[in-house]
Amino acid sequence: MKRVFAALALILGLTGIYSSAQASPKEAKIGFAFSMTGGAAAYGDMQKKGVQLAVDEINAQAGQDGIKIAPFFDDDASMPQQGVNVFNRFIAADKVVMIIGPTLSNTAQVTDRIAQQSGVPVLGVSNTAKGITDIGDYIFRDSLTEMVVIPNTIRVAKEKLGIKKVAVLYGNDDAFTKGGYDAFKKALGDSNIQILSEQTFAKGDRDFAPQLTQIRSIDPDALIVSALVEEASGIVSQARRLGIAESVSIIGGNGLNSPALMKNAGKAAEKVIVGAAWNAASTNPLNRKFVEAFTAKYGSPPDQFAAQAYAAVYIAREALGRAGSTDNRKAVRDALAQIKGLDTVLGKFSFTEGRDADHAPVVQVVKEGKFEVFGE
Amino acid sequence: MSGIYCAGWKPALPGIGSVAWERGLPARKPLKMEFCKRLTYLPLGHRIVSMPVLLQQLINGFFTGSVYGLFAIGYTLVFGVLDILNLAHAAIFTLGGLMALWLTTSAGLSIWIAFPLAALFSGALGLVLDRVAFAPPRRRADSNLSGLISSIAMAIIFESAALSIFGARTVRFPEGIFVNRVWHFYSATVTSLQVEIVLSALILMFALTAFLKHHRMGKAIRAVAESERTARLLGINVDGVISVTFFISSALGGVAGILYGLYFDALAPDMGHSIELKGLAVIILGGMGSIPGAILGGIAFGLSEVFTVALTGTSNLRDAVAFTVLLVILILKPSGLLGRGRVREA
Repeated sequence: MKRVFAALALILGLTGIYSSAQASPKEAKIGFAFSMTGGAAAYGDMQKKGVQLAVDEINAQAGQDGIKIAPFFDDDASMPQQGVNVFNRFIAADKVVMIIGPTLSNTAQVTDRIAQQSGVPVLGVSNTAKGITDIGDYIFRDSLTEMVVIPNTIRVAKEKLGIKKVAVLYGNDDAFTKGGYDAFKKALGDSNIQILSEQTFAKGDRDFAPQLTQIRSIDPDALIVSALVEEASGIVSQARRLGIAESVSIIGGNGLNSPALMKNAGKAAEKVIVGAAWNAASTNPLNRKFVEAFTAKYGSPPDQFAAQAYAAVYIAREALGRAGSTDNRKAVRDALAQIKGLDTVLGKFSFTEGRDADHAPVVQVVKEGKFEVFGE
Repeated sequence: MSGIYCAGWKPALPGIGSVAWERGLPARKPLKMEFCKRLTYLPLGHRIVSMPVLLQQLINGFFTGSVYGLFAIGYTLVFGVLDILNLAHAAIFTLGGLMALWLTTSAGLSIWIAFPLAALFSGALGLVLDRVAFAPPRRRADSNLSGLISSIAMAIIFESAALSIFGARTVRFPEGIFVNRVWHFYSATVTSLQVEIVLSALILMFALTAFLKHHRMGKAIRAVAESERTARLLGINVDGVISVTFFISSALGGVAGILYGLYFDALAPDMGHSIELKGLAVIILGGMGSIPGAILGGIAFGLSEVFTVALTGTSNLRDAVAFTVLLVILILKPSGLLGRGRVREA
């Protein structure tokens, strides 16, 4: 059944929606590979919106160098195979100068190798799994990895809540949630916090009662959750419904950093602690302007996926300006590697030696349906 | 509730109870020695389930299973009774839930009005489905197979429509749309919604069984199922009967979708994927064409899933074990739990 859908989705993807733009010499062609269908469609949608907003802003006020961005959007369908098709077309047919995406780390593991071999710079905006940037020197990301966000979250949570023993619940069939679990496990070990029980779930699960019942019976100080927001909302609301008291803090990583958590889990989301790369309530003027413009344009507030995608376009713009070229892939790669302390909606942004994102993470807590800063 | 440990009593086997004992965690409710000794433990590796946990897991499995059962009774009307495999049932299940959501949020109706309206809407989708996907090839010899393929096409169309109208994000019914009480008894938690789900499943089960057995239309459905040609010769409007069956089946599918959405607080255009194969398995497990079998099969499926997850601590083996249970039951009793053992020519 799934195969049939996959095959049909592939055919539709190949023949269907595909936006192209004619590029003038001063226009930099950038390929954006996001998941518009499939499991990660909700994230791809936010990313595309963030990108569109940034591109419109940049093109409206093309500065002295007059560089504009010609965006090429395509759907990776949340599948590595489709991601490969998209990357191949971007590289060979559209001749883009760089690629931003894909949405999922699972896909990036495959597609980024193609870009590396072809010498096309890739800027990941939501890939946080381990080893993505190790693929090669053309692979960058502006998404803070869980290895940075999570130790910070655990440190703050331990300081403020004094947790000693925890239960862990994570998705073990996805590179992102598994990576989050690894980071949590290491951070918990480093902080001498005891793990009483580890339970897992699979992508698309709706029923978490069996795992939560086991967790309830061992009485932890906190429940650590490594999940994407769809599953996380279900976990949070079912945990509270099963009678896991509010005194048992629920702590999560980047995946929970979305307004959808409060929307879907409702009151149960109160007091949930979320470590993240981006805070919607940050007073950074760039960020305020972004949140306002995004909300005005689309009628709903942005999430971290939108923010990181938005920031990526500005990072790309900066690199294009420094490279002084809109089609030299090598020059753009070298310019990207030089970026240090750039003001973005994520804060002061730099790339590390390993081409990973470097900026200050935040820890948030849900209060009256909104994320507030819990600690730094 | 989570702190029922037996003070001063060391469990014979290492497990959750003993973990608490060894760490000297405070026993919030010290229990009598006598009772402690009667605590039942299910040994499996290092994971051992104590009585209160066991009770909660039984409840979890029973309710999840009832949701599967609800999904399956509508499905079995068309699949089990008429022998038509309708692969768009899961899509109608999804659209029923999303329609109820739209009626309660955008149209601002109360859930009590939205519920029947969304069920009727799903029924109407069933009529469309029958007319578009199943009626045209019915006159041909290979009608079952081409109908099956057309139903996949309809499922994709329905799902794409849901995706473009409602978006890909998981959404939920607004909080406080109905009162969901939480009851605690003997360390277990049950909500009023869970009880309502079981009651709906039971009521629908009895109503449908009685309908098929005694009502004129029910008898006509069974006659068509037995032999379309004979039914036609007896003056039964076969196309009409099949349309009615699709209507009822799809309306029930919609009801299941709404309850599923309320129960898990999660509605999404792809929510049918996880349940469509299970629905088929539940029907076969319960016995083709048996309405009580669908509910029983659902509960058996739910319990096997929940206990697999509880004992292994992961949901990876969940489906494998549930489908293994299905195979074992089919080997022991090929007609399913409540199947009539009747063999019909394919």
